[in-house]
Amino acid sequence: MSESLQATASARTGRRTGPFPTPARRRRYLIVVGVLLVIALLATYGILGYGNRAEFMSRQWVTIAGLRVESVVVILVVAFCQSFATVSFQTATQNRILTPSIMGFESMYVAIQTAAVFFLGISGVTLLDGPARFFLQAGLMVLMSVLLYSWLLSGRFGNLHIMLLVGVVIGGGLGSLSTFMQRLLEPNEFDILSARLLGSISNASTENLPYVIPVCLAAGVALWLRSRRMNLMALGRDATNNLGLNHRRELMTTLLLVSIMMAMTTSLVGPMTFLGFLVATLAYSLTDTYDHRLILPVAFLAGYSVLALAYFTLRNVFYAGGAVTVIVELVGGLVFLIVLLRKGRL
Amino acid sequence: MSLTTTPPDAPRDAPSARPGTAPRRARWRLAWPLLLALAATLALMVLSLFVGVYDISGGEGGWEMFWITRVPRTVSLVLAGAAMSMAGLVMQQMTQNRFVEPTTTGTTEWAGLGLLVTMIALPSPGIMERMVGAVLFSFVGTMVFFLFLRRVTLRSSLIVPIIGIMLGAVVSSISTFIALQHDLLQSLGIWFAGSFTGVVRGRYELLWIVLVVAVLVFVVADQFTVAGLGRDVATNVGLNYNLVVFLGVTMVALVTGVTTVVIGALPFLGLIVPNVVSLIRGDNLRTNLPWVCLTGVWVVTVCDIIGRTIIMPFEVPVSLILGVVGAVVFVTLLVRRRRHV
Amino acid sequence: MISLENVFKRYSDDVAIGPISLEIPRGGVTALVGPNGAGKSTVLTMIGRLQEPDAGTIRVGGHDVARTPSKTIAKVLSILRQENHFVTRLTVRQLVGFGRYPHSRGRLTVEDEQHIDRAIEFLDLAELQDRFLDQLSGGQRQRAYVAMVLAQDTDYVLLDEPLNNLDMQHSVQMMKQLRRAADELGRTIVIVLHDINYAAHYADRIVAMNDGRLTETGPPEEIVRGEVLSRIFHTPVEVVDGPQGRPVCVYF
Repeated sequence: MSESLQATASARTGRRTGPFPTPARRRRYLIVVGVLLVIALLATYGILGYGNRAEFMSRQWVTIAGLRVESVVVILVVAFCQSFATVSFQTATQNRILTPSIMGFESMYVAIQTAAVFFLGISGVTLLDGPARFFLQAGLMVLMSVLLYSWLLSGRFGNLHIMLLVGVVIGGGLGSLSTFMQRLLEPNEFDILSARLLGSISNASTENLPYVIPVCLAAGVALWLRSRRMNLMALGRDATNNLGLNHRRELMTTLLLVSIMMAMTTSLVGPMTFLGFLVATLAYSLTDTYDHRLILPVAFLAGYSVLALAYFTLRNVFYAGGAVTVIVELVGGLVFLIVLLRKGRL
Repeated sequence: MSLTTTPPDAPRDAPSARPGTAPRRARWRLAWPLLLALAATLALMVLSLFVGVYDISGGEGGWEMFWITRVPRTVSLVLAGAAMSMAGLVMQQMTQNRFVEPTTTGTTEWAGLGLLVTMIALPSPGIMERMVGAVLFSFVGTMVFFLFLRRVTLRSSLIVPIIGIMLGAVVSSISTFIALQHDLLQSLGIWFAGSFTGVVRGRYELLWIVLVVAVLVFVVADQFTVAGLGRDVATNVGLNYNLVVFLGVTMVALVTGVTTVVIGALPFLGLIVPNVVSLIRGDNLRTNLPWVCLTGVWVVTVCDIIGRTIIMPFEVPVSLILGVVGAVVFVTLLVRRRRHV
Repeated sequence: MISLENVFKRYSDDVAIGPISLEIPRGGVTALVGPNGAGKSTVLTMIGRLQEPDAGTIRVGGHDVARTPSKTIAKVLSILRQENHFVTRLTVRQLVGFGRYPHSRGRLTVEDEQHIDRAIEFLDLAELQDRFLDQLSGGQRQRAYVAMVLAQDTDYVLLDEPLNNLDMQHSVQMMKQLRRAADELGRTIVIVLHDINYAAHYADRIVAMNDGRLTETGPPEEIVRGEVLSRIFHTPVEVVDGPQGRPVCVYF
C-alpha cells in the first residue's frame, strides 16, 4: 500500500522535520541561549564579587564569595524547580496561563506545614526534626497534590476551564485554611512556624539544601527525559492517545514530578505565585518551538537570569535584598495581565 | 444585528409570581417562610448580642459595653452580610455569570489598594477619607474588570472568575509592594483581614450607607438582568445600557469600598449566597432577593460567632472562616454544575 | 476488518448508546450518518479507543482495542476528532511529523521523513509545509490534520466530521482526497458525515444510526432511498436522479 504512496511522492526527499522550520530560527535560538548565558554569568559574578575588594580569584576573594555562594545556589534551585515545573505543568494541562503556583501547589505545602505544627504542637514537631521531617512533609505534600490534582484532571470534569477554576479556588481556600490554623496557634508555636514559612532568597531555609538539591536534580532529569512525550502531550488528550501514548498515565507522572519540584522550591523560599508564569512565558516567546528539549533549558536560564539580576540590583543598588520575591511577583503579575490582554483568550 | 423578539434567556422572574397579582392565599404561602426566616435572623442577632468574652449581664458597666460593642457589631454583621450578598447578585446579573462577585473580580483587592494609598498619601486620614479612597479604587477596579471582559474572548463562562481572581492577585501584589516600601507590611494583613472585632460605636456608622444600596437593588434589580444580556439586547428593549452599567458598578464599588474600610474582605460571600439561594429556590430574581439578604446575614453572623468562640478569649477574623467555607462551597457548586450538564 | 460486538455505553438514565454489533470490512470508505445526537461520534471515538465502552468488545484488524497496548493500536488505526486546538505553534510539516510518533517515538529517521513528504504531497500541502497552522485557512488546516493521520501510516483511518467548517469547494476536495487514499493507498476509511449527499456520492458503505442504535447498514444503493432516509432523519427526504445518474437527496 505504501508503494502507490511512493509513486505520488515527488523527489522532495532529504528534507528534515525539526524543531525549527528555518535555519534563521535555529540561529536565533542559539543567540538567545548565548545572551542568557552571558546575563546569568554576569549576574553571578555580580552577586559573588560586588564590593569584593580583594583580587579576583585570590584567596580572600574566594572566602568572601564563599559566604555569598549560598544565595546563588538557592537562586539556581528555585529557578530550576519553578521553570521545569511550570513548563511541564502547562504542557500537561494544555494551557499557557495557569501555573502550579496559581493552582495552589505551594498553598498545599504551606497548609501541610501549618497543619503539622497545629496538630502535633511544638513538642511533636521538634521531636521529628531534620531530614525525616523534611521528607515526611514533602512526601505528604506530593501525595496530597497528586491525589487532588489527579482527581481534578482525571477528565471527569471534561472541561479544562472548570478544573483550572477549581484549582485556583482550592489554592485560595488552602491559603485561608493555613492562616486560620496559624491564628489558632499559641504565639510561640506561631513563631516557630513563621520562621519556617517565611522565606526569601537572602534568608532561605538553607539547612534543607543537602536534600533539596539531589531530589530536584532527579526530578528535573526525569522531566527532561520525558521531553519527547511532552511534545506530544501538548497536542492534547485525543491526539496523544491516538499516537499511542497513554495520556492519563503521562499526566499522572508529570504531575508527580511537578509536585515534587514545587515542594522543593517552597521548602526553600516559600510561595512565589508569578515567577513560574513569568519564566515560562519568556521561554515560549524566546524559543518559539514545540520541542521541550529546547524550551526547558531556556526557561531555566531565563529564570536564573531574572532572579539573579533582581537579587543583585535590589541588594546592591537599592539595598533591599529581602524585596526580591516581591518585585519578581509584581513584574510577573503585570506580565501576566499584559499577556492575557494581548492574547485575548485563556 | 438586530433582535426583534424578547431575549432568549429572558429575565428570570415570571410575571405571575409578583405578589401584587397573586391571590391572597398564594401571597400568604409566599410570605410565611419569609417570616420564619426573619424570625431566625432575629434569633441569630440576639445570639450574636450575647456571645462574647465580656460578661455583659454581670460585671460593672456590662450594659455600657453592650451598647458600645455588641450592638454595633451585630448591626454591622447584618448590614455587611446583606449588602455584600446583594453586591454579588448585582454583579452576577450584570455579567450573566454565576461565579462573579467582588472577590472573583478583584474589586476587593482594589478597595484594599485604595485604602492603603489613602493611608500613605494623607497624613492622618479620617474614616471618611479612607472610605472615599477605597470606593474610588473599587470603582476603577470594577471598571477595569469590565474592560478586561470586553477585550478577552470568552470561550467559557468559567474563564471570567479566573481572570478576576488573577487580576485581584496582581493588584494585591502591588499593594504588598507599596506596603513594603513604607514598612506597612505588618499592618497590611490586619487591615485587609475581614473582622468585626474592631467594630465599636463611632467606628461603624458609615456602614449604614450600604443599607441605601441594598434597598436600591430591590428597586432596579431587573434592569441589571437585562443589561447582562448585552448592549444590543438592552438597547433593543429601550434600556440605557451605559447608565445601568455605571449604576451597577457604582453600587458594587460603594458596598465593597465601605465594607473593606470598616470590616475588611469578606471573601466569596457574594458568590455562595446567591448561588445557594437559587439552588434551593430556583432562579427567580425578584422573590429570591429577600432570601439573598437574609442568607447573607446568617452566613456572616454564624461565621462571626464561630470566630468569636473558637479560641476564646481571642478571635479569628471572619474572613478566614469565610475563605475556607466559601472555597468549599464554591468547589461543590462547580462540581455539581458539571454533573448536571 | 472492524468489528463491534454488543458495544454499549451509558451516559445518563435516558441517554445510552447501543448495544451495537457491526462489521466494517477492510478497504473503501464507510460513512456513519444519522441525525444529531444519534451517537455517531461516540461510536467512532470508541473504535478509536479514545472513549471506553461500558460493555462489549471492539476489534480492529484483529486487535481488541481495549486489551492491546495503545502503542500497537497506534500503528493499526488513527483517529482525528473535530476539535483540534494546540497550545504550541506548529508548522504544517512539524504537525505531520507528529504522525510518525508511533513508529519513531519522536526521533525521526530518513524513512519517517519520506512518509512525511508523501503525506504532504498527497494532500497538496507542499507549498504550505513551513507555514504555521495559525496562518492557514480552516480548509488548509483541516488538510494538515488529515495529512498527519495519513502519515501515521495505519490501515484504518477514522475521521469525525472532517467537513465541518469547510466550504463547498474544500469539502469536495477533501472527499476526493479521502477517496483517493482509500483507492490508491488501500486505507480503510471510516468517516462521520453530516450531509447525506456526500455519503451517497463518495462512500462504499453507509451505516445509519438513530437514538444510539444502528438502524441501517448497506451500500449507498440500498440506503439512499426516499423511505429509508426519511425514517433515519425523521424528515421527508426525496431521492431524485442527479447528473451522471447519481442519486441526489432533496429534503428542503
